[in-house]
Amino acid sequence: MAHTRGKTNAIGLHKNDYRGDDTTLCAGCGHISIGSQIITIAYELGLQPEKIVKISGIGCSSKSPAYFLNRSFAFNALHGRMPSVASGAMLANRDLITLGISGDGDTGSIGLGQFKHTIRRNTPMVYIVENNGVYGLTKGQFSVTADDGQMSKYYGKNELPSMDLCLEAIVSDGGFVARSFAGDPKQLRPLLKAAISYNGTALLDIISPCVAFNNSAASTKGYEWVRDHDAPLHDITYVPLREEITADYEPGETRTVTLHDGSHIILRKLDKTYDPSDRVTAIRALEHAKEEGTLVTGLIYCNPGRASIVETEMLTEVPLAHLPEAELRPREESLHKIMAGM
Amino acid sequence: MAVKDIKTYSSATEAKQDSQVINDFSILVATPNGSGSQTSNLVLLRALFKMGIPSNGKNLFPSNIQGMPTWYTIRCSQDGYVARREQVEIAVLMNPETATSDLAKVEAGGVCFYPESAGYELTRDDLTYYPMPVKQLSKQADVSTSMRTYIANMVYIGVLSQILGIDLTEIEAALQWHFSNRDKLVHNNISVIRSAAEWAAQHLTKTDPYQIKRSSATEGLIMIDGNSAAALGAIYGGMTVMSWYPITPSTSLADNLSHYAKMLRTDNEGKATYAIVQAEDELAAIGMVIGAGWAGARAMTATSGPGISLMSEFAGFGYYAEIPAVIWNIQRMGPSTGLPTRVSQGDVTACYWSGHGDTKHICLLPGNAAECFEFGWRAFDIADRYQTPVFVLSDLDLGMNSWMTEPFNYPEQSMDRGKVLTAEQVASNGFQRYLDVDGDGIPYRTIPGTEQAGAAYFTRGSGHNAAANYSEDSQDYLDNMARLQKKFETAREQLPLPVTVLEPNSNIGLIGFGSTDPPITEARDLLAAAGVTSSYLRLRALPASATIRDFVEAHDRVYVIEMNVDGQLHKLIQLQLPTLAVGLCSLAHCDGQPLTANWIVTAVLAKEGDKYGTHTR
Repeated sequence: MAHTRGKTNAIGLHKNDYRGDDTTLCAGCGHISIGSQIITIAYELGLQPEKIVKISGIGCSSKSPAYFLNRSFAFNALHGRMPSVASGAMLANRDLITLGISGDGDTGSIGLGQFKHTIRRNTPMVYIVENNGVYGLTKGQFSVTADDGQMSKYYGKNELPSMDLCLEAIVSDGGFVARSFAGDPKQLRPLLKAAISYNGTALLDIISPCVAFNNSAASTKGYEWVRDHDAPLHDITYVPLREEITADYEPGETRTVTLHDGSHIILRKLDKTYDPSDRVTAIRALEHAKEEGTLVTGLIYCNPGRASIVETEMLTEVPLAHLPEAELRPREESLHKIMAGM
Repeated sequence: MAVKDIKTYSSATEAKQDSQVINDFSILVATPNGSGSQTSNLVLLRALFKMGIPSNGKNLFPSNIQGMPTWYTIRCSQDGYVARREQVEIAVLMNPETATSDLAKVEAGGVCFYPESAGYELTRDDLTYYPMPVKQLSKQADVSTSMRTYIANMVYIGVLSQILGIDLTEIEAALQWHFSNRDKLVHNNISVIRSAAEWAAQHLTKTDPYQIKRSSATEGLIMIDGNSAAALGAIYGGMTVMSWYPITPSTSLADNLSHYAKMLRTDNEGKATYAIVQAEDELAAIGMVIGAGWAGARAMTATSGPGISLMSEFAGFGYYAEIPAVIWNIQRMGPSTGLPTRVSQGDVTACYWSGHGDTKHICLLPGNAAECFEFGWRAFDIADRYQTPVFVLSDLDLGMNSWMTEPFNYPEQSMDRGKVLTAEQVASNGFQRYLDVDGDGIPYRTIPGTEQAGAAYFTRGSGHNAAANYSEDSQDYLDNMARLQKKFETAREQLPLPVTVLEPNSNIGLIGFGSTDPPITEARDLLAAAGVTSSYLRLRALPASATIRDFVEAHDRVYVIEMNVDGQLHKLIQLQLPTLAVGLCSLAHCDGQPLTANWIVTAVLAKEGDKYGTHTR
């Protein structure tokens, strides 16, 4: 794409270089807003689009990678199996920036096993759940994150409890667990940036209203309810590596988390007692919000110290996919030696 | 064609009336599993092999950790026959629970070794019996009480060695090999073996005709199981990502891969040039393999029947989306519990047609350990060349049992990474992921991370056009399916070709694949001795080369021999050669045990005697 004018980012690309196809999602779908924020942060961070892989499962959420980052590689996989494909791609090439795009059905139901095991292995990737509480593409069945008592025109009342994916991630030893809202770009952008810097599986459970099937005033996945009940834990600022932290906060008012790549997250406390490095605090905050009927958003839990699968597998610095034949095929003498031992 | 009345395996029985039977008999060792008999059996087998006697060992084990009956059979054959036999000449009956039925497997005039205090009845009067002081000698051994059960198995090695003439220095060398020179273990075991041999020398008088005599028939050969061979092959093929889930009988492939990868594929800084991940299930294992193959790795998995079922959706996806992957299927018996630790060739059609929609897959069919090694590396080349999942169909017998083989040949060609475009090539020539540029049906691909505008593409399943754009257009679908078919046809003659032995003037041909090669080879000799000569085609890949038509046309009747019940390969060949279908007869048999030459001979002769009846089942 040739551009002759307009603003460019650190690697000389225009924002247009990060755009996708025209969306085929419903007008007003939360997934569209999330895509816009992905475009914005990729542009702002100056990411090389071809270094990004967008991997998704099946469902409305998993269609959405077609609508952002057209210059990136993409893989629309099988239902519930985005995590394994993303893991394989990452193992093949540790230099890739892996964006996993999933939904609440894709992750919480058919993909729950892969979700939890990928987090357990701490495979470096941004794991985005576009969470709307329903199966949109198959016309509104309840998903596992649907509210207890949620009503559907066709399916009636949901009688089952709602699964909290952030809780599931925390108990699976997830080291970066965040919740945000498609309608809150100001919070979403720094979280997305920090997730990319995190050395491991970074979960972003993003409430993303389904305007077709689950946007009633009572729905905890609807625009109105979330706007009224959003209880952010902190204001979040992401400071990339080499950028100075500008100190415009009062001492004691902020908490800084340093990530693997040297970047920082600055959390300006809204709730003075909240400590996102404490798992029990995080779990309590989620349980408390549920009782209270609010939606806790922000970086709920962060443990930047966990080793990722890159370290546990002791992978070479050079991505496996780039190793030359000389590194991959042992010499002939070694085979003769083994044969002689047989 | 005159069919003489033949008697199979007569050599041993007839010869022993004269005097000695040398290097030509089978030994059955019956034990409860979990008693450590695998060590002693492998040591025995290796010692025989190192004495120059062609031999093969087969482990028949239950799906159980401790207590259920296990059998190990060793066949020695000066003529080099290594197929299973139904009967044995020598039985070592360490398991009272199965002793009576085990005794029935011994040929008349055979030998039975039994523990002195076994407590079971030795009912047959046509056998030679040798007692063994198992309890007494294991009590005397200088080992902890917990090790006594294991050491008990060394007693039969000692007694057998003394009676049959197996060289104890070779036994000791085999122990050294088995225990990787851990001297204490070697010492403990060889001490018991030597005491047992001494006891036998003092207390037993040899009255049977069976003898082991040093030979040179295994000179230059090695002994290895197919799963180890496959693992080594994969390592020399540049495997970079392996994801798997434990399942018998494929687990030892993954275990050996880890073992050899650590040894051979650790770089100068101690880093791994590979990743081996034990996944949470087969769905994830194949998902990682597909993701890794897409991103430029040489990715593989190893599994067995149930895993194949779980992997089928991704296998079909890989066919449509054109992603290289290697899937080893160490075949075993059908679903769930019962016979999962028994051999079968029952996944031929499951693999060939794995996935929903119109999918079909390249399947490689290794017939021996050397081919397990060769296909271990070649499968990656084929997967990369054709950008598709490649199944390699081994089985429990080939994969887990020990086979004699020529030492493996180092790959004779550089790795073939297939049609991969660099950033520069994309910049100068452009790129459409699914465009048939060369007219062979194989498109070009780029590897994620290739830094060039236009290098990226969107991978999907069924609906895409040549530029990899989303499409629900009928013509796009038809065009893509036609190209995939063309690609499949391109592969057909480039895959490992059948190995064919044409017997002039023979009316019948045999077709087989995989681990049935030894029984088919032996059966052909037995049939020839009965006046029925046969040609032989051993298939090594699917889709089958068009040349199989010549083979089928050259014979009145062609028997397709395989270890399943439905005659799966037989049906595939009939589909390939519909006008020749009536001349193709299925000889399919699957009872959990490796096929025997005797079964094949009997089945062929039955059909040949019934020429004008129905040949197709």
